[in-house]
Amino acid sequence: MAAVALGAAVTGASFGAISVGSGLPWWMPVLMSLVIFAGGSQFMAVGIVAAGGSPAAAVVAGLVLNARHLPFGLAIGDVLGRSSLARIVGSHLLIDESTAFAMSEKDPARARAAYWACGVSLFFSWNSGVLIGALAGQAIGDPATFGLDAAFPAAMLALTLPALKDAATRNAALVGAVIALVTTPFLPAGVPVLLALAGLFAFRTTKKEEPCPSPQS
Amino acid sequence: MPVAAVLILAAGTFAIRLAGPLLRDRVKLPEKVNELMTASATVLLLALVAVSALTNGKQFGGWALAAGVVVGGVAAWRKAPFVAVIVLAVGTTAVLRLAGVA
Repeated sequence: MAAVALGAAVTGASFGAISVGSGLPWWMPVLMSLVIFAGGSQFMAVGIVAAGGSPAAAVVAGLVLNARHLPFGLAIGDVLGRSSLARIVGSHLLIDESTAFAMSEKDPARARAAYWACGVSLFFSWNSGVLIGALAGQAIGDPATFGLDAAFPAAMLALTLPALKDAATRNAALVGAVIALVTTPFLPAGVPVLLALAGLFAFRTTKKEEPCPSPQS
Repeated sequence: MPVAAVLILAAGTFAIRLAGPLLRDRVKLPEKVNELMTASATVLLLALVAVSALTNGKQFGGWALAAGVVVGGVAAWRKAPFVAVIVLAVGTTAVLRLAGVA
């Protein structure tokens, strides 16, 4: 878990520095990280706005990106605890990593401990990282001169690569990327990225080949 | 990035997160919907990677930028640490620009 927290701090620092490099004031990535606390959608929103897209497109894309947290929440449910306070605070800590840690534990008490430990430590490491990155980013200056405009797509590509191992997801994502590229010259910035969702029509999960139904499942 | 947009995104994200634990007893999403939601996240991210690596928002963004992102992508694929990915991408683009590549 310490390695995951350290990774989050580093990614957060990149997010802070890249955001400031794209022209945002230092407190904007800090505010985003505290109240949104979902790295992918934060990168997404800043990227769309930095490319000249409308804030509305950034919000829609961010929300679609975070829709995956709904099934996460349905899957782990009571791990947060049953009280209203636990649910409200716990929901804010519902991220890919805390879900994964909770699901890796069979015992409910251990799952709860893992969820909260992961959620809280990532909340602190992510936000500290973003603050440090944002402050450091102020010292850097115009992103294009130093090639910093490559940092943002490279960071997101690194975050996306693991999910692309799945063939169905990869096909849909490649079709979506082509749609976004082809429509970019003709549409306002931000819209082509949303149109990429049409790539989901190419999303075909392959049926698992099972000669006979397995008794365990 | 207006503060209002940040707050709307934050509120919407929180609502999505809270809905799961609250609706758990009443709602069961079909497996297909779960898969589509997860896949849509990846589709959006890769589309944004493609647009921001290859265009300036309107047309081709230049070889230096594209090459930097490709180098970073290869580094990530070869399991380089996250910081190394960023530094390689930025460094490649910067060196190419210094060398006069657009």
